[in-house]
Amino acid sequence: MANANRVFAALTDPTRRAVFERLRHGPRPVGEIARGLPVTRPAVSQHLKVLKEAGLVDDRSEGTRRIYQIDPKGLGAMRAWLDQFWDSALTAFAEEVERAAKEEKK
Amino acid sequence: MSTQIRPAPVRKSIFVNASQAQAFDVFTSGIGRWWPKSHKIGPADLVRPVIEPKDGGRWYELDSDGSECDIGQVAAWEPPARLLLIWQLTAEFKFDPNLMTEVEVLFTPEGSGTRVNLEHRNLERLGDTAEGFREAIDAPGGWSGLLALYAEEAAQ
Repeated sequence: MANANRVFAALTDPTRRAVFERLRHGPRPVGEIARGLPVTRPAVSQHLKVLKEAGLVDDRSEGTRRIYQIDPKGLGAMRAWLDQFWDSALTAFAEEVERAAKEEKK
Repeated sequence: MSTQIRPAPVRKSIFVNASQAQAFDVFTSGIGRWWPKSHKIGPADLVRPVIEPKDGGRWYELDSDGSECDIGQVAAWEPPARLLLIWQLTAEFKFDPNLMTEVEVLFTPEGSGTRVNLEHRNLERLGDTAEGFREAIDAPGGWSGLLALYAEEAAQ
């Protein structure tokens, strides 16, 4: 299960990590997350998008505001684990296909 | 408040120097030659996974004690271009008949070989089981465990 730490590749960017940490104490709108950070609000939105794709956060609309929160179910870790699993499985698959293809040519 | 997390599908693309038919064959009938042996369900040693070559076929693992443990099903068997599998393993690598996530594999001729695109989707359906997964890797409260793992990753 240690491979689950692949999810934290999404957090290796320090600004993205700062964005994620702002959600530590509960759901926040984008504006509040961006406040005090040395990057533009569109940049913060971009970081949130990456975190969302990694399954680390989720969002919802509240009026005109978009509220972000940390994924409570650990889907990010699960997704990262599958991502890593398919990486190693497909690498082994490719090696085997090419070995078999060479064999056939002999 | 209940929320539905929708993680992006896991997408992989790999080029192999082999024909489309060869790539499809090795992926399916040859799965026992490349599937990671460490990823198994049953208590006994894994002999090989088996993908039955037909729509509605079974996808299971054959173990050294002769037992068969379901992994999922074959939703579409379309050699040599497409394979649609149903992955029914939870975060703990246990079979759950009620869990249906899809693994679509497309084999497309490209130059002298074949492009293999894999997409594992509907991952939000893993939500209930992923909770257990997180508990397995996480410390109480979630946060300290996350940061510890992050530090491990960053140090690599």
